[in-house]
Amino acid sequence: MKDMAPDSPLLRVEGLGIGFGARRGRIALRITEGVSFDIARGERVGLVGESGCGKTITGLSLMRLLPGNARIEGRILLDGEDLAKASPPRMRKIRGKRIAMIFQEPMSALDPVFTIGAQIGEALTLHETVTRAECRERVVEMLAAVGIPAPEKRHDEYPHQLSGGMRQRAMIAMALICKPELIVADEPTTALDVTIQAQIMDLLRDLSERTGTALLFITHDLGVVAETCTRMITMYAGQVVEDAPVDAALTRPRHPYTSGLLRSLPQLNRARGEFAFIAGRVPSPAAMPAGCRFRSRCGLAGPGCEAPQALERVEEGRLARCHRAPDLDLPGAVA
Amino acid sequence: MNPRETLTFPRSEAAAEAAARPEAEAETAAPVISVEDLAIAFPSLDGRETVKAVDGVSFAIAPGETFGIIGESGSGKTTIGRALAGLLPPTGGTIRYDGEDLRGMSRRDWRDRRRRYQIVFQDPNAALDPRMTILQSLIEPMKIAGGRSAEEMKAEAMRNLDRAGLRAELADRHPHELSGGQKQRVNIARVLPLNPRLIVCDEVVAALDVSIRGEILNLFAELQREFGIAYAFIAHDLAIVAQVSDRIAVTYLGRFMELGPAEAVTERPLHPYTAALLSAEPRPLPAHLRAPRRIELKGEIPSPVNPPSGCRFRTRCPHAQGLCAQQAPEWREVRPGHHVACHFAGPDGLVEHASQQSSAKTDTGGDHR
Repeated sequence: MKDMAPDSPLLRVEGLGIGFGARRGRIALRITEGVSFDIARGERVGLVGESGCGKTITGLSLMRLLPGNARIEGRILLDGEDLAKASPPRMRKIRGKRIAMIFQEPMSALDPVFTIGAQIGEALTLHETVTRAECRERVVEMLAAVGIPAPEKRHDEYPHQLSGGMRQRAMIAMALICKPELIVADEPTTALDVTIQAQIMDLLRDLSERTGTALLFITHDLGVVAETCTRMITMYAGQVVEDAPVDAALTRPRHPYTSGLLRSLPQLNRARGEFAFIAGRVPSPAAMPAGCRFRSRCGLAGPGCEAPQALERVEEGRLARCHRAPDLDLPGAVA
Repeated sequence: MNPRETLTFPRSEAAAEAAARPEAEAETAAPVISVEDLAIAFPSLDGRETVKAVDGVSFAIAPGETFGIIGESGSGKTTIGRALAGLLPPTGGTIRYDGEDLRGMSRRDWRDRRRRYQIVFQDPNAALDPRMTILQSLIEPMKIAGGRSAEEMKAEAMRNLDRAGLRAELADRHPHELSGGQKQRVNIARVLPLNPRLIVCDEVVAALDVSIRGEILNLFAELQREFGIAYAFIAHDLAIVAQVSDRIAVTYLGRFMELGPAEAVTERPLHPYTAALLSAEPRPLPAHLRAPRRIELKGEIPSPVNPPSGCRFRTRCPHAQGLCAQQAPEWREVRPGHHVACHFAGPDGLVEHASQQSSAKTDTGGDHR
């Protein structure tokens, strides 16, 4: 994966800041700040963190799907082209064609009054010139590829006639129909049962491996990331705090927040008893502390933490936003 | 009178008892609740068909025990929980509360008894009126129960607020000013003055962030140790249920597939469905520590309007045989205190006949082929 990546990444996010309530060019409420990361072609990256950390809004910004009053700072480079500055018509050419998105709740993303086939076909006809017969053929092919049984029949059915798992498969078919280079999946399996979740995760991983589509997997479920992704980016309070290969991050996290998250997870083979947790709450964007944003919840906070922290390289291929990272030996998911 | 003094049942004792002599538990520690052949059916939307949400389930919960119920959506686990809390009348079978069948009782007697069987919901807002202050919400159940003066109720409410780990100044706030975790604490604090025998915990941490779930689960555990409350702990998250429960029941399409001591169910499952659930659970572990392969379950849970003949799991079961379609498997006690509904489950193997190399005695549980 890593070694196959060509010199330039598919996506490079540089200093991405998203805010609201801008007045005279100054942002009043900053949701994310200085978010930077790369996604290589075909790479599967997990973006994790608890609610309010800015992961969803980061995902939406890549597609330029933010509400109209949002302000973007920084750059979103897709093959070198800055999407942060792209015009709406230009974005319409990219959205669905080069970057596609899968949402948590398929029912809210599917229109109840159009058939599944019409909705998937719409994505295709927007970006390619195809005849109606070709369109139908490709949609049916796609439905079959995402594991929907009787695709010919399902093509003409409406969203309410499908189960939750099948709707999510239809969403995936819609995202994949134009063979995008990047899929942003925001909690795609959270609304599903665990056996269906396993099916969808396997499907996404297989499709990504087969078609070379890169995947940005936004989720709070570290188990899903462990099984689907190759790299994990941890966000906290609007900043990236750690960026590392998945297995390395799970075994030996380099930021106290990642470590805290991993230790909070219940595990099947762990003895019964006290649960670990991270005391306190994520600071509100309206009252963001200066210095390390995790400091008030961090058991290891000490001198130096009151200063703003930079995301720095701690070892080959790993970044952490903690000045103590080089000296800390933090517990991960493996005891 | 301190209502809590009546009940101090050290959890470990009760749990050990339940685990050691499960079949005799009815005699040793009279169960707080016992369910026999419970059935709950709803008419379908058009009224022409019947949805059998729960269809023949039996179990008993000992004082101070945590009884975990897991299953996918549509398995009937929430319906069972609502029936336990007296929110749904059974359409068949009986539920005994401390040995008493409440049917046919006067409304007043029924309410007096039912009061000690409470429920905490997944949505922290479900039981909190947005227009009431936290203090008012805490007092409301006591008002309905009656028998306390206004001062007593306020003092008790403040005591419970503190017991649930919340600062006194939150009493005058409204629900929207609290975080999800804090609201869930209020929901727990509300039921404490009713001196509950059993609290049905229906996905109580599902709506909370991973980082704070542990805090709430610890609170539940503390209260159980302190007051000897029994829990029916309903969740879809196997890892959480495994870590809080004494015993676990696995539900599928309105029936129990398996019921046994928590460790045995998660480490040496008897039913193919349990094994599949365990292997589907995504584990936050590096690749070399995860089970190499997942048991793939084809398809989805069938409709409870028309459940499959014979074994209900057979349509998705990787081991299904002809027999499974013809005959519903018996509910058998295959290991001491460990019941299963599968024709092919034996004490040492998951599916002893269907595949030779199926070994249930693996450390991770369920990574058989």
